Amino acid sequence: MKRRTLFGGVIAVAMVGLTSGVVAQQPPIKIGMSMPQTGGLAGGGKASLLGIEIWRDDVNAKGGLLGRKVELVVYDDKSSASETPAIYSKLLDVDKVDLLFAPYATVPTAPLMPMVKQRGLLLMGNFSFQVNSKVQHDMWFNNAPWGPPDSWPDSFLDIAQKAGAKSVAFLSADQEFAQNLVVIAREVAKKRNMPIVFDQAYPPNTVEFSSIVRALKAAKPDVVYVSSYPPDSAGILRAVNEVGIGDNVKVFGGGMVGLQFGAVMENMGSLLNGVVNYNSWLPEPKMYYEGTKEFFDKYTKRAVEAKVDPLGYYLAPFGYASGQLVEAAVKAVGSLDQKAMAKYLHEHEMQTIVGPMTFGPDGERKENAVLQAQFRGITDKNIEQFRSSGKQVILFPEKLKSGDLVTPFEAARN
Amino acid sequence: MDLLLDAVVTGVLLGCFYAAVSLGLSVAFGLLDVPHVAHPAFLVLASYAVFFLNERYGVDPLLAGLLITPLFFLFGLAAYRLYYETFERRGSDAGVRGIAFFFGIAFIIEVLIILQFGVDQRSVTATYVGKAWRIADTRIPFRLLVAFAVAAALTILLTLYLSRTFMGRAIRAVAQDQEALRLMGVNPIRIKQWAFGIATAVLGIAGALLIIVAPVEPTLDRTYIGRTFCVVVMAGLGSMTGTLVAAIILGVAETIVLTLFGASWAPAISFAMLLGVLAVRPQGLFGRRS
Amino acid sequence: MKRNGIFFWIGATLFLAAALLMTQVIGNQYPFFACYVILQFIVLAVAWSILGGYAGYVNFGTSAFFGMGVYTAVFLLKAFDAPLAAQIAAAAAVGALMGFALGLLTLRMQGIFFSIATIAATIVIETSITNWRYVGGSAGIQLQRPMVTEPFNNYVQMLFFIQALLVVLAVAISRYIQNSWIGRGLQAIKDDELAAECTGVPTLRLKLLACVISGALMCAAGAPAAMYLQYADPSSAFNLNYSVSVLAMSLIGGTAHWAGPVVGAILLGATQQLLTVTISSEVNVLVLGVMLVLFVVAAPEGIIGLIRRVLRNRSEGKE
Repeated sequence: MKRRTLFGGVIAVAMVGLTSGVVAQQPPIKIGMSMPQTGGLAGGGKASLLGIEIWRDDVNAKGGLLGRKVELVVYDDKSSASETPAIYSKLLDVDKVDLLFAPYATVPTAPLMPMVKQRGLLLMGNFSFQVNSKVQHDMWFNNAPWGPPDSWPDSFLDIAQKAGAKSVAFLSADQEFAQNLVVIAREVAKKRNMPIVFDQAYPPNTVEFSSIVRALKAAKPDVVYVSSYPPDSAGILRAVNEVGIGDNVKVFGGGMVGLQFGAVMENMGSLLNGVVNYNSWLPEPKMYYEGTKEFFDKYTKRAVEAKVDPLGYYLAPFGYASGQLVEAAVKAVGSLDQKAMAKYLHEHEMQTIVGPMTFGPDGERKENAVLQAQFRGITDKNIEQFRSSGKQVILFPEKLKSGDLVTPFEAARN
Repeated sequence: MDLLLDAVVTGVLLGCFYAAVSLGLSVAFGLLDVPHVAHPAFLVLASYAVFFLNERYGVDPLLAGLLITPLFFLFGLAAYRLYYETFERRGSDAGVRGIAFFFGIAFIIEVLIILQFGVDQRSVTATYVGKAWRIADTRIPFRLLVAFAVAAALTILLTLYLSRTFMGRAIRAVAQDQEALRLMGVNPIRIKQWAFGIATAVLGIAGALLIIVAPVEPTLDRTYIGRTFCVVVMAGLGSMTGTLVAAIILGVAETIVLTLFGASWAPAISFAMLLGVLAVRPQGLFGRRS
Repeated sequence: MKRNGIFFWIGATLFLAAALLMTQVIGNQYPFFACYVILQFIVLAVAWSILGGYAGYVNFGTSAFFGMGVYTAVFLLKAFDAPLAAQIAAAAAVGALMGFALGLLTLRMQGIFFSIATIAATIVIETSITNWRYVGGSAGIQLQRPMVTEPFNNYVQMLFFIQALLVVLAVAISRYIQNSWIGRGLQAIKDDELAAECTGVPTLRLKLLACVISGALMCAAGAPAAMYLQYADPSSAFNLNYSVSVLAMSLIGGTAHWAGPVVGAILLGATQQLLTVTISSEVNVLVLGVMLVLFVVAAPEGIIGLIRRVLRNRSEGKE
């Protein structure tokens, strides 16, 4: 009847294995994070990680931080919220990392927020959306360009309203990020007195969109705001191309995740033309800051080997920028004091390869830096075309503008 | 009303697509009683093979699907052999372990695809992808018409094969009474292996359809486990025309809910229907068992 | 048999004492995070085996029970700010009700049909929760933990201990069933339901009982997960992963004996936790796949079956 002692044995073994730490002389600065490397978010996660790795190599080539090498400790969270609490506990309590980066996207990040708040830790966010609005942690800094929550749908609807649009249609994925976005978009539409004539949330794993696009078309909206995920974005655009969307639609797009990823863009080709969609970085002349070009030279080379997004515009430079933020704060503070670093990040403007960044009290970027850009003159099966400027014309923000809206949507597609 | 008509038409076409991806399972599970939960993983594998041929050599996706069928046939023969040696030969009822076995296979296939092709979603190019057929005011995507035609052809071919050829009849016989076949001097194992080969070969073309209709990614198989088994069970095990009809019912129900009622309820509707069918008529709509 | 029982309860008490001691002695948080997940899987696997192992009804809806447990807790927390104990008790009640419905399904369906019905039910339930805005709907919901109660000084340590209590409860029930007339009845159903019915085994009552107990335990195991994650969203709570992992754990351990799922859950759960923080890539999924295939092929009766065979061979060798 030995098996009863089994429980105790296993736990004892686990404890011994976990409490032993390694101490070395002049130890490296360890930055810990989880990153989705399998599951639905893996495509973005891997690209983002490559950006952070390039920063690590650059900073180490310059002699590291505080004279110490920078080392990354990265685990796969399988795109799931249920994995991250244990992983971050391991990072903090066993690996004894010095600083924390958040995983890419909202779902895996959400369970971390109460944890870092309780422990009073600095967390560098990675493209999550409104994850800090309830927890109100004052040591959270999101690298994403979202800005204030309503500014993103607002800029899109503003473009549409200026083009003469009145009624609006919402088509959204019935999933976390898309729903959060569309809730805010509804409020913005109300504020702008734009009647909502169609509002549907389609379930994940929807195969065929032509019927729902037909229903949308029948509602005759002037502007269609879509918040969707990568597999659906392609399906929706295809259906729109096939069954049409009607001549009254002036602007189409807004919050389609996926149209920023190289593989998806290459697949969609000319179907993209005319779509006005959000973006974070684009190869337009005004988007280059100090180090931007060098970064993409390195990224392009390493992406092939890592089998990740060959373009990497959407996430990778922001991963690098997160590193730059930490670098600036550590240098200014002169230590790894996280409270002081957070104070510095709140009070200063930092220069990154994606432009200057300032943070509001909630740890989100102070100003809306989400680009709204229109696809133009895209041809099929050619990924290299997206590297040249003019393929995605920036309509917003004003100071980065590189062209004017072509409208209506059907006309802009040719 | 126009919308309803549209929804029904699209639903029928979508249902045909569901039928095409379920037919192989209808043979493997419906006739042979193999709990083949790796069926959708094989399907996604076929899609990636089609993608490879299309991307690298510019082969038309449907043609590529045809080209890989012999390979998938052999693959199916080997898979059944492994399954047989592991379970049926030992005389044990595979049951839950059979399911676990195929889950394991499905996971292995998923990872192999990720290692080879990465995690990005993939799609194919062909003249009929992204265009539509206009009838009056309605436009019907060519992709779905292709799915419709292929599904119809596959159903007819399989039905004919199972009813007209010697091998086909033997397969149906093996599903009903293995011993009788043995007494007639036919080796039931060879027949079953052959049938499983055919079930897998059909996936070559079904995989082509999958990637024609929508982009694929390595873990797509998980969403199709529910759908394909739903179709096969609702149809009643082993009926090819039943599979087509059940898939069309599913497609129409899903599309109508998606278009006319709350879109987010669509998945619940089809599976609630399945539950209803199972509760009222456990043998399925066209079941062979009493 | 009696002596056996005493040993079991001594072991169980020692196990709980060790768990409690751990929460008082160890300051490092990670063991609690990792062990919590393993304990949770032990409860799920043991509960699953009551129906799937003893009675041979393969339930693919583990994730439905788990997810409903999570959302029962979320609802109670949001509506009434209910304490953790109430959350778990309510989840068990919900699980028992769901189990009862599942038991009624077995009236009409057996074998693979039953399994497919459970998949279908899971999707229907998940979709309903996704459309229920009050508990966050598809957008998910962030939750705040209340203050931790004595003698624990950390919430995760408390959750860990509670999950350990659930483990003892689940194992004790499973062990009781195995050794009582219920277990023999379920075994008869597994072997041949019709024959069992004919020989006077109250098959329906037994199946209902097994479903209710199994469901209540699975839901109860899910309830603390809401506080563990401090976040809930339908796609994580109803993840297919729970169903497959629990099935795999039970099979790898062996379903003929109550200890089988325990061993399987510890082995596979620990391996998964370990892989997550070591290799940590798609290879993780590969290991699960290979383990499943290997065990099903090489050790059809699971680890417990292997041990039994070794013991039997040894005793035969001595003779």
